Amino acid sequence: MPGPMMGGGRHGRPAGGKRGKNPKKTLGRLLSYIKRDYSGKFFVVLVCIVLGALASVAGSMFLRVLIDDYISPLLLESSPVFSGLLRALVMMGFVYLVGVISTFLYNRLMVSISQGVLKTVRDQMFSHMQSLPIRYFDTNTHGDVMSHYTNDTDTLQQMLSQSVPQMFSSAITIVAVLVAMLFTNVWLTLFVLLGVFVMLRVTAKIGGNSAKYFLEQQKSIGKVNGYIEEMIGGQKVVKVFCREDKCKEQFDGLNEELRINATRANTFANILMPIMMNIGNLLYVLVAVVGGTLALTGVSGGITLGVIASFLQLTKTFTQPVSQISQQVNSIVMALAGAERIFELMDEPSEVDDGYVTLVNAKYDAQGKLVETEEKTNIWAWKHPHEDGTLTYEQVRGDVRFFDVDFGYTPEKIVLHNVTLYAEPGQKVAFVGATGAGKTTITNLINRFYDLADGKIRYDGININKIKKSDLRRSLGIVLQDTNLFTGTIRDNIRYGSLHATDEEIKAAAQLAGADDFIERLPDGYDTEIDGDGGSLSQGQRQLLSIARAAVADPPVMILDEATSSIDTRTEAIVQRGMDGLMCGRTVFVIAHRLSTVQNADVIMVLELGRIIERGNHEQLIAEHGKYYQLYTGAFELE
Amino acid sequence: MIKQLVGRVREYKKDALLTPFFVVLEVVMEVVIPTVMALLIDRGIDAGNLGAIWKYGLILIVCAMLALVFGALAGTFASRASAGFARNLRHDMYYAVQDFSFSNIDKFSTASIVTRLTTDVTNVQNAFQMCTRIAVRCPVMLIFSLIMAFRINNQVAWVFVGVLPILGIGLGILMKIVAPVFARVFKTYDRMNTVVQENLRGIRVVKAYVREEHETEKFQSVSGRLYREFSKAQKTMACAMPLMQICMYACILLISWFGARLIVGGSMTTGELTSLFSYVMQILISLMMVAMVFVMITMSRASAQRISELLTEQADLHDPENPVTAVKDGSIRFENVSFSYKGDHHKFALHGVNLDIKPGQTVGILGGTGSAKSSLVQLIPRLYDVTEGSVKVGGVDVRAYHLETLRDEVAMVLQKNVLFSGTIKENLRWGNEKATDEELKRVCKLAQADEFISQMPDGYDTHIEQGGTNVSGGQKQRLCIARALLKKPKILILDDSTSAVDTKTDALIRRAFVEEIPETTKLIIAQRVSSVQDADQIIVMDNGCINAVGTHDELLRSNEIYQEVYRSQQKGGEE
Repeated sequence: MPGPMMGGGRHGRPAGGKRGKNPKKTLGRLLSYIKRDYSGKFFVVLVCIVLGALASVAGSMFLRVLIDDYISPLLLESSPVFSGLLRALVMMGFVYLVGVISTFLYNRLMVSISQGVLKTVRDQMFSHMQSLPIRYFDTNTHGDVMSHYTNDTDTLQQMLSQSVPQMFSSAITIVAVLVAMLFTNVWLTLFVLLGVFVMLRVTAKIGGNSAKYFLEQQKSIGKVNGYIEEMIGGQKVVKVFCREDKCKEQFDGLNEELRINATRANTFANILMPIMMNIGNLLYVLVAVVGGTLALTGVSGGITLGVIASFLQLTKTFTQPVSQISQQVNSIVMALAGAERIFELMDEPSEVDDGYVTLVNAKYDAQGKLVETEEKTNIWAWKHPHEDGTLTYEQVRGDVRFFDVDFGYTPEKIVLHNVTLYAEPGQKVAFVGATGAGKTTITNLINRFYDLADGKIRYDGININKIKKSDLRRSLGIVLQDTNLFTGTIRDNIRYGSLHATDEEIKAAAQLAGADDFIERLPDGYDTEIDGDGGSLSQGQRQLLSIARAAVADPPVMILDEATSSIDTRTEAIVQRGMDGLMCGRTVFVIAHRLSTVQNADVIMVLELGRIIERGNHEQLIAEHGKYYQLYTGAFELE
Repeated sequence: MIKQLVGRVREYKKDALLTPFFVVLEVVMEVVIPTVMALLIDRGIDAGNLGAIWKYGLILIVCAMLALVFGALAGTFASRASAGFARNLRHDMYYAVQDFSFSNIDKFSTASIVTRLTTDVTNVQNAFQMCTRIAVRCPVMLIFSLIMAFRINNQVAWVFVGVLPILGIGLGILMKIVAPVFARVFKTYDRMNTVVQENLRGIRVVKAYVREEHETEKFQSVSGRLYREFSKAQKTMACAMPLMQICMYACILLISWFGARLIVGGSMTTGELTSLFSYVMQILISLMMVAMVFVMITMSRASAQRISELLTEQADLHDPENPVTAVKDGSIRFENVSFSYKGDHHKFALHGVNLDIKPGQTVGILGGTGSAKSSLVQLIPRLYDVTEGSVKVGGVDVRAYHLETLRDEVAMVLQKNVLFSGTIKENLRWGNEKATDEELKRVCKLAQADEFISQMPDGYDTHIEQGGTNVSGGQKQRLCIARALLKKPKILILDDSTSAVDTKTDALIRRAFVEEIPETTKLIIAQRVSSVQDADQIIVMDNGCINAVGTHDELLRSNEIYQEVYRSQQKGGEE
């Protein structure tokens, strides 16, 4: 078997360029999907492939039978009767029919299998991805993760629906033809095998070169595309600085390099086919000449005209699957590398959740005791199961306390040191400080996007590690700087905060956020379709929607990350009012970028390099004449 | 359209023409081979003539070698031609884009220009290669094989004439059914990618609202739809192979039947029968490939269309006949200027603007979103042309200047500014190729950027990531200002370029401007009153018109909009 190569010409393009580490294991895992759901169908497919291959081999043998057993005898008869021939043809017709039906069946079944497996793989991949910790998304770029859904699944699809059945069918054909050839003539068979060996060596050589140059080409394409993306993205700057000529010059260089690499890569891919085919042809000729010579000199007995004729047909049938396999090997190697990357994602450890305290709807019964209830009350309680089997309920109030919290995104680099703070129910806590001071990090710890390195956080007196993550997060509302809307209607986007919200509740939330006005003015109101980046909405409008989304969830504790981007004063005032409406009556953590927000906070935490350096309310901090004072007077960049 | 694109083969025309030439030769050889084969069998083996066997064997070997050489040559020329063609397309498009004005760029959008230059070119390149090779090879093969089949035996060959249309029509019907399904598949595929992308981008929102299951359900409904549609399309396509086999086997059986009778009747030989069998495959596969090539070329048509659109786009800003190549001073004058982005006279972004700015003045521009502040200043370096009226710089209409002269003298820091991957030095030198290190330092000091640059480990040689992601927003803005200053312009325009800079640094930058470059005219667009209040004159824009012009004190006394903005920012506690 030749090494993996870039044959095929038409679709021999490396997807990731990397080969898998453990293709065998990956293949086994892939097959286990087939075994689990489709073992019956797959068995039928295998049978059909065998039948199909046998039919095509029988077809090649048919010529010999036709000439030797029917035509030659008929030539000798004075009044030839064709009924025997007709019978043979009808018989052969049936064999062919079986072949056609098998091909049809296995093609269709393979579609079900491959598409079914792909759907399972995709679904598993996605649902597993949902369970991964935020850390995973920090360390993997979106582009990389996306490529598992696009490139990697595409090559997998190619492999499952084409390469695997073709490989299998080719292998069967090779074996069947080989047997047929051996039965026909051993010496000629050996001769053909020798030829095929040469053919494989040559293609391995060319394929290797082709693979090399395809990688070079990919690199060049990457460079050119990267350049285009960056420079066209900044085209207006290019124009303002009159850099057009300089850019042209740089682009020409990269473009020419790509041309050279593309030419090389394609040349090798292009010449592979004619070379394979004509080595096949040469083999065909040689078989004819050698066979003819043998037949005439009678060196090896039993070679007849029919033998040579059918052997020639067999030679053709033999070289075809050989060249097919050598072309498929490459795409299979690629696909396995892709599958391996997919499985790597699936094997990423999920977010761990040992929490057992849950969030429930509650009400006070006649005795004034807090009890769990199915109905929708506005009271939430922590349901706390104890080791002795008893349950206690505690009303959610929104009291959050940090005790000596240390944290680092990596163990080596601690970014938060000794953070101790408390927020009483209904208080507003503002964090201010430069970029990288650790403001966002603190809020990420409250909802357990990350776990602490040291210290603890208590929520209504309960260590947050004991609270089930999903319940903890449901009790916290969040408005992020990036609005992150989803494709769908405005109504759907607000409803994201609470899936069972009624239309009235949605409207009420929008009113609270101050978004109702502009939504009602849109032609389709709440049913206006928006796309993910909210292209048709202004920055301010998108912020209002994300505030409304948090409002509809109506949580006791809110985390707000104010947007830094400059919006004009009027819109800013509206957004500010929305935020104020949302903050009213809740415990609020706010990452402040506007002094107005900071000013009316109950507590202001000034952060620097992961430490709280000042705390207090506005008046106290101003009086301190410290960092906050500098910041307030504009001597320090607030960002 | 096609003609316009194909013309860009230029220096690779020779290669492009040699490709089909060698393809045809290769095909001729491949078609000849089975015929010679028949001769070998009949005159050599049948007649027991060893000499004839060797003779025809030799001819055959020569034929196969020639076919190999022709095939390899065709492949080589094809790749040279298609890669060259793609290079020329990219070259022409990139050059065309360089000549585009802002309004041309707006019309296409950046993302669409990038797609046209990348994906679309690749599609067209592949189609081009296919046209020069396979699209030539298959029909020629089909015709030659048919001719040969008829030459061998013009009675049996009629079998092909009978079967071919059946295959052709069958494939045609299949494609007709499957094309719309595939179109839907692609849409669903896009939708699936959108779901994943939005999920990735909004993963914090998803997790914060505990919507993992909801998201999974959303994904599964799309992946389910993809499964159903894709299966449907592929199941239809799965009929193509059996159809082809039916036709092939039918041919074989029919040829066997008629061939046997003819052989027995003495009008055909067994060798000829063998050859006919080989042609069966060649003919039917060729037809199938023709159908496939047809589909693929159709698919690349959309790409060709998009490329052609970009290439035919006329740049709408040109240098005048006898351009003025020097700007006298930094005075600016707007005379009855109206401007519309689309160039029509109904939706004016700017309307009836009259302005007079003297050299060295500092002018602040204030106004809400959509009040056309940016539109106003973009007319000065002639990024757009006025629709009515005229803009004069140094007393001369901007349309009379050599563009490069004008833009060198009118430096503009755009609102959406960009740094490019490379060192800080390289980025700054965009303003002036030949600037010395001292000059760089000087402008950076002016822009209050020197301090933070010096604190970076590599100083001025610090590498900036693409899009400037490794510097903060305020730092990026200061670097962009320094870059513009390096031009030593007569007019400097800052379009909301200090929004992320703190008020103190902002003030320092403005003070440096007054002290260090007093002769330069400075236009400052800002949201903050504090950024403009010391200006010689402040322009208040509202809804595409100038609402008021005056100093801070004047406007605070008389202008309602100015008062409102001022009050709202005072309440916020700024200074």
